[in-house]
Amino acid sequence: MSFINYASREINCKIVYYGPGLCGKTTNLQFVYQKTAPDAKGKMISLATETERTLFFDFLPLSLGEIRGFKTRFHLYTVPGQVFYDASRKLILKGVDGVVFVADSQEERIDANIESLENLRINLKEQGYDLDKLPYIVQYNKRDLPNVMTVEELRSELNPTNVPEFEACATTGEGVFETLKAVAKLILIDLKKGK
Amino acid sequence: MSNPQLVMYDEEFQEINDVIGRLLKEANAKVIFLVDKNGQLISGVGETERFDTTSLASLTAGNIAATGGLAKLIGEKEFSILFHEGEKDNLHISIVGGRVILVVLFDGRSSLGLVRLRVKKSSEELSTIFEKLMKKSEEREKRGSSEFPFAEITDDDIDNLFS
Repeated sequence: MSFINYASREINCKIVYYGPGLCGKTTNLQFVYQKTAPDAKGKMISLATETERTLFFDFLPLSLGEIRGFKTRFHLYTVPGQVFYDASRKLILKGVDGVVFVADSQEERIDANIESLENLRINLKEQGYDLDKLPYIVQYNKRDLPNVMTVEELRSELNPTNVPEFEACATTGEGVFETLKAVAKLILIDLKKGK
Repeated sequence: MSNPQLVMYDEEFQEINDVIGRLLKEANAKVIFLVDKNGQLISGVGETERFDTTSLASLTAGNIAATGGLAKLIGEKEFSILFHEGEKDNLHISIVGGRVILVVLFDGRSSLGLVRLRVKKSSEELSTIFEKLMKKSEEREKRGSSEFPFAEITDDDIDNLFS
């Protein structure tokens, strides 16, 4: 849950990037990190294996600026996508304010996407959250590759509830900031409602 | 939701800083941090400017979450104290009131025994303050969110953040 500090006039929120292994969650964060002004970001932390697979999480703190005298800070996390790291994934979802599901658009990854999305629902439920009530965005990543499914196909499998969705290519940065802005906005709207 | 929202007010923030400020002196520590279990830094005293406090908070919370997961696997509720020994500096990490994490960084000028002793006393004081804080938040919630600063923000305010 977001942390509101009246003493230092800050609001802190947590965004988690979820998705199957090698779908581009870390690449999303790396692009945000590269393109953000130094004064608006903290250090990016990656707890990864020697082959650069995420082992526990990536972490990137961002400051977006002020709203009504309150500094808004977003903490971006990724989960390890590989199936057997499920215990770690559950931990990272604790206290989440918004979720980005990064889907791998390639045909051969559709089963992995579906499995990961089901896993997200289950793990959120264990923490007492309902995905349908959380600020939630779907990103179709790797749109630049040749063997991708159409957005309509992906939508029918991965986004039946029609939450905001974005096409992306995280390596070039296409759609990365659009995704981030959309989820941040949903979180702030939720805060406005006083949830 | 599993955890109610954490809201910090000036009064309690001051009380918390008094407690950890005193602990810093009594335990002869270098730095002390208070971190929410979700990884948000609540406060810090001592030589805080020497450290990347945001990263420290996030990794501490990750550490506590991971050891908490280990604890459950072996049938424990949680491991309430963690101790990391380095060549020069050491970290004493403990859970306060089941909700926040107290991190004490100390070197050879102090000792594990002293830190443990002082932390125990301060933990009780901090628990009381956080309980009070939670009650206050709950009461405000019951009365409605009218005092909430974000209730009045407009869509334009939000859009301006991204311009």
